[in-house]
Amino acid sequence: MFVKFLSAAVFAGTPLLFGTTGEIMNEKAGHLNLGVEGMMAMGACAGFMAGFFYDSIIIALLAAFLAGMLGALIYALLTITFMANQNVTGLTLSIFGVGICNFVGEFMLLNSPSNTLKLPEHITAQISNLNIPGLSTVPVFGPLLFQYNIFVYLAALIALICGIYYNHTKTGLNVRAIGENPGAADAAGIKVTKLKYINLLVGGGICGLGGAYCSMIINGGVWMNNPVNGQGWIAVALVIFASWKPYRAIFGSFIFGAFSILKYYFPKTIISLPNAFYDMLPFIITALVLVITSIRKSKENQQPASCGVNYYREER
Amino acid sequence: MNKKSYLPFIRIVKISERSGKDTIKIRLVAFALALAAGGLFTLFLGYNPLELYGTIISGAFRSKMAFQATIRFMVPLLMSSLGVVLAFKMKFWNIGAEGQIIAGAVCASYFALFHDTWPHFLLLLVMFIAGALGGGLWGLIPAYFKSKFDTNETLFTLMLNYIALHVITYLRDGPWKDPGSSGFPKIARFAPNAQLDKVLGVHFGWIIALLLVVLVFIYLKYTKHGYEISVVGESKSTARYAGMNVKKIILRTMFISGSICGITGMIQAAGSDMTLASSVAGGVGFTAIIVSWLAYLNPFGILLVSFLFSILEKGSSVMQSTYGLSTYFASVLQGIILFFILGCEFFIRYKFVLGKKGGR
Repeated sequence: MFVKFLSAAVFAGTPLLFGTTGEIMNEKAGHLNLGVEGMMAMGACAGFMAGFFYDSIIIALLAAFLAGMLGALIYALLTITFMANQNVTGLTLSIFGVGICNFVGEFMLLNSPSNTLKLPEHITAQISNLNIPGLSTVPVFGPLLFQYNIFVYLAALIALICGIYYNHTKTGLNVRAIGENPGAADAAGIKVTKLKYINLLVGGGICGLGGAYCSMIINGGVWMNNPVNGQGWIAVALVIFASWKPYRAIFGSFIFGAFSILKYYFPKTIISLPNAFYDMLPFIITALVLVITSIRKSKENQQPASCGVNYYREER
Repeated sequence: MNKKSYLPFIRIVKISERSGKDTIKIRLVAFALALAAGGLFTLFLGYNPLELYGTIISGAFRSKMAFQATIRFMVPLLMSSLGVVLAFKMKFWNIGAEGQIIAGAVCASYFALFHDTWPHFLLLLVMFIAGALGGGLWGLIPAYFKSKFDTNETLFTLMLNYIALHVITYLRDGPWKDPGSSGFPKIARFAPNAQLDKVLGVHFGWIIALLLVVLVFIYLKYTKHGYEISVVGESKSTARYAGMNVKKIILRTMFISGSICGITGMIQAAGSDMTLASSVAGGVGFTAIIVSWLAYLNPFGILLVSFLFSILEKGSSVMQSTYGLSTYFASVLQGIILFFILGCEFFIRYKFVLGKKGGR
């Protein structure tokens, strides 16, 4: 039972991990992007539709990544080049992304003969859970490590790479410098605009992948409207919970995944709480984390200093 | 000077001042471009954009009933936009209008559900106050932590939205569940005594909304409080040096901002839904942010933009029944419009300079 709970937590946490990693990439470059929900929704739509028509996981992932990137491009263009307000731009991106995702989804439903959209067989097999002979059947370790779908491993891998990137590569450290003080970074010869664009676009793409998980896995390969359903917002909050560290994001996502499925596993015999309480829990905890981090004000676990402030070169 | 000195191909230069006429021209062009971009999108899907836009506009005005529906869309949007504008003027990123609307609706619904035998006028008055208090207190929570510990209000208000939403589902599935309902749990319909009266075919919320436009305008422009809000918005340090109690201003403003949203929730529940539904806010709190930004935080601008947006909302529901296209077209188009307006602001304040000519 407990093993089942843990593995279900990993499944539930995976879309959050994509979103969180993507948002960390944004915030490290100094951009508080509230458009995660929108970029995930765009990825969800594009990934599902591409998978539906081309029956290939590679094309679906690529489409999801590109769609997330497209959302990020709108945001990046407006905030980096046109220096528009980051909060408002991000929020608009969320409203726009969710809108276009549901609009296109309903449009496709309307034009499908049976009024349902279900992923074809080939791709369903590709995104089903792994079954490695000898490994997947090992008790405890099998279900905990070797029985996930490709998305789960991809999410963890991306988060790991992201962690290495920001901690151990020169470019990654440069990006962090930009996030802390773009003026100083610029003076030190770092190409601020270029690096910002790259980080925001890749981050958006990663969010798109998380969206594809929502639309392709969660509802068992059947299109449902509003597939992302607020996960992007939790991801934004998780960034704080993970204190802007990709490695911590992995644990954070799975912890939040655990919260979101707790109501199905928590023994009702001990305390019987209404379902709504469990649904509220991730948000309450995030709010508490927000408050606690702001009270503690530890120097290490702070938002990148320039986050939310646009950089105008001539004004430094 | 070194011959190889680096000069980018394109540079951004600040413009000292553009005339008001130019500013309006740029914004109108951006608006037109946004409509064109939205049209292009529908063209791509195989529809005639002019026909679609025509359907939207005629759909919102085609009959007295349709126009009343448009106004019903407009009331919550207008009111909550007026609510968030107070916080935005202070550069307090209140994206929790959604939650404040719900909190107000929940508090007002308590009286509507359990004290519906009170005299009509008294009941509505109490509901009104309960809504304002509920929304205000819900808005006060992030404001308190912001002023005390500088807690990030954007994310905090966002979390409170979801918490509020689940408060409704809790009440709906548990204590306030209508025993008479079969199937999905829901909360009972308000007694007629607890419903808002209609004036000219629409619940009288529209009168309150219009009054609020004027009140918020006066409050922001001609009162000491309004002045304090704009100073805090410009610079907290300046406000502090000038001897203002920044903490108090933040708390007070967020309470008022939340109260207006809370009243919105009460009006929506008692005037439009006639019950407490989990969709009482239904994304209005988020759209309100777009509205107030498009209106450049001006209350009369908000009146105009929210009217345009409700035409879009009502019109796209007509479009849905005519063409089968989703009503989400409204949020797509709203998003596109704001993208273009956000982008065009840049061309009002800056310009691109090509080539290598030196100097500013």
